Amino acid sequence: MAGAKKKSKTTKSGVKQGGKAAVSRETLETYYREMLMIRRFEEKAGQMYGMGLIGGFCHLYIGQEAVVTGLQHALEPGDSVITGYRCHAHMLAAGADPRAVMAELTGRADGVSKGKGGSMHMFTPEGGFYGGHGIVGAQAPLGAGFGFANKYRANDRVSVTYFGDGAANQGQVFEAFNMAALWKLPVIFVIENNHYAMGTSVTRSTAIQELCQRGEAFGIPGQQVDGMDVLAVQAASEKAVAQCRADEGPVLLEMMTYRYRGHSMSDPAKYRTREEVSKVRQERDPIEHVRDMLVAAGHADDDSLREVDKAVKAEVNDAAEFAQNNQAPDAAELFTDIMAEA
Amino acid sequence: MVELTVREALRDAMAEEMRSDADVFLMGEEVAEYQGAYKVSQGLLEEFGARRVIDTPITEAGFAGIGIGAAMAGLKPIVEFMTFNFAMQAIDQIVNSAAKTNYMSGGLVNVPIVFRGPNGAASRVAAQHSQCYAAWYAHVPGLKVVAPFSAADAKGLLKAAIRDPNPVIFLENEILYGQSFDVPDSADHIVPIGSANVVRPGSDVTITTFSIMVGKALEAAEALAGEGIDAEIIDLRSIRPLDTETIITSVEKTNRLITVEEGWPTAGIGAEISATVTERAFDFLDAPVLRVGGSDVPLPYAANLETLALPQAETIADAARKLCR
Ligand SMILES: Cc1ncc(C[n+]2csc(CCOP(=O)(O)OP(=O)(O)O)c2C)c(N)n1
Ligand SMILES: [Mg+2]
Repeated sequence: MAGAKKKSKTTKSGVKQGGKAAVSRETLETYYREMLMIRRFEEKAGQMYGMGLIGGFCHLYIGQEAVVTGLQHALEPGDSVITGYRCHAHMLAAGADPRAVMAELTGRADGVSKGKGGSMHMFTPEGGFYGGHGIVGAQAPLGAGFGFANKYRANDRVSVTYFGDGAANQGQVFEAFNMAALWKLPVIFVIENNHYAMGTSVTRSTAIQELCQRGEAFGIPGQQVDGMDVLAVQAASEKAVAQCRADEGPVLLEMMTYRYRGHSMSDPAKYRTREEVSKVRQERDPIEHVRDMLVAAGHADDDSLREVDKAVKAEVNDAAEFAQNNQAPDAAELFTDIMAEA
Repeated sequence: MVELTVREALRDAMAEEMRSDADVFLMGEEVAEYQGAYKVSQGLLEEFGARRVIDTPITEAGFAGIGIGAAMAGLKPIVEFMTFNFAMQAIDQIVNSAAKTNYMSGGLVNVPIVFRGPNGAASRVAAQHSQCYAAWYAHVPGLKVVAPFSAADAKGLLKAAIRDPNPVIFLENEILYGQSFDVPDSADHIVPIGSANVVRPGSDVTITTFSIMVGKALEAAEALAGEGIDAEIIDLRSIRPLDTETIITSVEKTNRLITVEEGWPTAGIGAEISATVTERAFDFLDAPVLRVGGSDVPLPYAANLETLALPQAETIADAARKLCR
């Protein structure tokens, strides 16, 4: 803010930008279904937590669905994704089986991490997703490491490295920025700016509020994107991916988004007003936004959308059922997987 | 005596020391407006204001370093880590800057700072959030390391830590925060660092332990008493310096020793105590020293595996049965 000189490289795209005309019906329908899937999945996880079926920390992605959904559509097989503990949606977006994700949340044998990782530690290398990390900011250099591997192999692939507005203050994030820029690594750093790190708003934690400018000192171009608009996310992501694939070095995207729920299940969220939350829900909800576009274009009506909702719910319920009935890991599993087999 | 939770005792200790010494301040993530991630600093912002109760960004290496610098300049910071798992981000500052400066400066510059926060496993928060750091910090000359169990010790030790002219690692436990104990009703209640406490006298076997495992050991002792095994439980309270006199005196009486800790046994506190007792009281031992510790694995999330991985009262009792048979 005050005193921050903006370089031409950093751009802010206003709200609703990127939602350009020619979007196919299919694309919109896909986005709608995928985002709804994330939301219903997370709602179910929240319920199951309330029932004591899920324990420990459980961070829901509700409100932020457009970010991971839009970004994933800009990627290709072989690209990699990494994030922090708020990772259920990233798993689903990477194509993980909802049953295995939910069974990980309940800590059962057929969970994606055999019940050993839980909500914060899930991986699906098959889908290019490498976790699921609990230490705030630690994934930033890891993601740069995936970029390093791509560059090393000259394979044209990109590394998407997500972290939060709070994580953006960790020293190792800046260290990763510097090396990524120095070595022109194909990394898209994605700050999911949901305005809060637990109970601390960006205004209380950060000297310069415009997180998209964070890379400028390293020559990393940044863009602020409406993270509640999946089309804006997709457009910005495609551009960033193209830059990375063209070997132009790292890119920083600041996704302006919002989490509707508490930081984790145990957060009473007294640091913000109910009105603030309901205003975002009413005016900027990413799923409603796509729904409106579908209806306005005549691609969908209440009945057809209800069908989608029903199908999504059925899939989520199936996953929940599976996760509740799946058996606990065998006691012998305590001592497996400590070391990789040679 | 007043009945206080460990959480309240810690808060009172900080408040009392802040009232009596204007150089004492509290800094960390969510300590002020949120009143602490685990509500340990409840009310402190209100009483002492934002100058002395300071919310930091999520930058452990940075604010630990700032605290250490401020301590070198003569202030007495209390740095809260939301949990000690996150202090690993700052462990270089703690070990290289806080622990060694007094020595490196030939005693010219000391670092009066307290690093505190919950340590060890909570409930099902998995591998990256469930580690015990007692052994890590106990390894380092220049640090003091304490890990209280009761609210009375939490309060008395924290006050001692704040007054200490050295860096003190103060290991709390999230599960203990809500437990209540009798606490002496006095601002002069201080528990000196370096003294263990025999919390249950017994004649057959000595069990050394600390923090949450004291409760489990006491539970085990109850079960053992019914079987004719009389266990003596030593709450170490202080890990560095370690009160070896109390341990050895006990072993000379019971002739058997079990060490209990939640952390990994390899190069752990139990290994250290076992070596010390072997060196200094070998002739008094009627049986090998047994170590009870967390399983040698990163802590799993699944409920059944987590229970298996952490020492339970039954694990401790089994060790005693084996030793006293
Ligand atoms: C190194 C470290 N410090 C503190 C924490 C505790 N913690 C977990 S999440 C979090 C807030 C992070 O906020 P942000 O980066 O904005 O991500 P969001 O939760 O909003 O997705 C904190 C302080 C941690 N896990 N790791
Ligand atoms: Mg955030």
